[in-house]
Amino acid sequence: MSRHLTLGALAVLFLFPLVWSGYASLEDPSNYLEMASYGEGVGTYAANSVLVSALTVGGTLVVSALGGYAFARFDFPGKNLLFLATLAILMVPYATILIPLYVLLGYLGLQNSLVGLSLVFVMFQLPFALFMMRNAFEGIPRELEEAALVDGCGTFRAFSRILLHAVRPALVTVGLFAFLASWNDFFAPLILLNDGSSFTLPVAVVSMTQGTFGAIDYGMLQAGVMVMAIPCLILFIVLQRHYVRGFMSGALRG
Amino acid sequence: MTLTITKSGRQAARGAPPARWRGRKAQGWLYAAPTAVIVGVLFLAPLVLVGWMSLNRWPLLGPAAFNAPDNYTKIASNPLFVDAVLFTLKYTAITTVLLSAVALGLALLVQERRPGVGFFRTAFFLPGAVGFAAAALLFYGMLNPDFGPVDPMLQALGITSEPVKWIGTPNMALFSTIMLVLWRFAGFNMLILLTGLQAIPVEVYEAARSDGANRWQIFTRITLPLLRPTLALMLILSVTGSLLAFDQFFIFTNGGPDNSTVSMVMVVYRDAFFRFDLGGAAALSVVLLVGLVGLNTLMMRRLR
Repeated sequence: MSRHLTLGALAVLFLFPLVWSGYASLEDPSNYLEMASYGEGVGTYAANSVLVSALTVGGTLVVSALGGYAFARFDFPGKNLLFLATLAILMVPYATILIPLYVLLGYLGLQNSLVGLSLVFVMFQLPFALFMMRNAFEGIPRELEEAALVDGCGTFRAFSRILLHAVRPALVTVGLFAFLASWNDFFAPLILLNDGSSFTLPVAVVSMTQGTFGAIDYGMLQAGVMVMAIPCLILFIVLQRHYVRGFMSGALRG
Repeated sequence: MTLTITKSGRQAARGAPPARWRGRKAQGWLYAAPTAVIVGVLFLAPLVLVGWMSLNRWPLLGPAAFNAPDNYTKIASNPLFVDAVLFTLKYTAITTVLLSAVALGLALLVQERRPGVGFFRTAFFLPGAVGFAAAALLFYGMLNPDFGPVDPMLQALGITSEPVKWIGTPNMALFSTIMLVLWRFAGFNMLILLTGLQAIPVEVYEAARSDGANRWQIFTRITLPLLRPTLALMLILSVTGSLLAFDQFFIFTNGGPDNSTVSMVMVVYRDAFFRFDLGGAAALSVVLLVGLVGLNTLMMRRLR
């Protein structure tokens, strides 16, 4: 009984802030309307966020699926070195290479670019994604692929027609992690984007607290929080199993 | 479909050496090429660049000029950074202890598969699905005395008589930030610990119980030792994450009051984008990078 009381009280404690934020944002529904005309308009920021997330998820899936296949099924010179270099991304603190990345993207003409930002997100996702995909491909019986190969399929057709279907659960996990990271990240867009019209939602909504475009409107701020949080909450609840698989895989261990 | 493939596969296998092994190495490289490009251009190159930048006077705009080792020697005389190191270490120590304790408590409460347990796991994790920036803004509003519900509730319960200065004093700002971090990350760490707890075979517990061990003995003699690798992983992630703290102090306390909550990464950011000194920021980055990689290696050796 006391265990249930503890659990119940804790659940209230953890859920209360989310419920309050939703309530505070809706108390005056015009909060959402005001946001539409905040800065460049919340539509612009949301569209930027959607684009960055889509590019990050797509890019991470393509790169890690191809790479995972290479690491699971092929031998090539430099294989171990490349794998170690990719995992080393986990060892190097995220925040410390953003300053050189800012300069480097400038050289590549990708400063203040949503594409540049997405590429950086793909890089940060790669150790986890590649590890997940390599394990997923290794889990597929070789016979499945060999049969297709001797049937005249090239490795790419075997890969795209047969193997990709077999690793679908891992692709969902990788995509979910990539979405949550790119949709929510604040530091990378803060550094890499410097023009208001290219801001993603987190940077734009944080700017509401700095009075950049007038006094702080707390109701609108919570509406901004909800716009950022709701897609993540829904995706997490629907795809929870796939999220937990990411933890179980040991990929976090690097 | 599958049947035909297998059948013709057998026929082909009897013939010439399988074409599938020809050019295997080149193909492997082709599939790995996107990974290699991303890792090379966006990870290894910036890693080299940060080292080079730290040896140059590198203004945000304008040409760079070699000035080694000035960017490093001036770190010691950067009072903001020295204070930030001390503050970040203090924050890391408190956060890691509290976060581990809360996460372990939650994990133990929901480790058994009973009806309804899934709801609580989800409830505890749900804040972790929300972005950290969004979470910081949520607390920013929630703890505002005029707008948020916390002060009115505390006053209605007679716990406080006037609005609490949640981010108005250095200690309260640290306290409030840690509450935010616990709310946002406890479920994440609980999930890590749950994977470790579930890897402990039920038979081990049964054997201990039949030997007459009580719950405390089971916890200290079986659960904790067997959970050690998972605890180590959580500890490393928590220490690294806390030492790199940025969002919570930038968004929630804005470094205040009086620069009392300025973290190390915030100084890097300020040097780069407020003082336009990318070389100095790069030198700080290199120091952080070397320090953290060293610390991570040390922790992995010691704890595993």
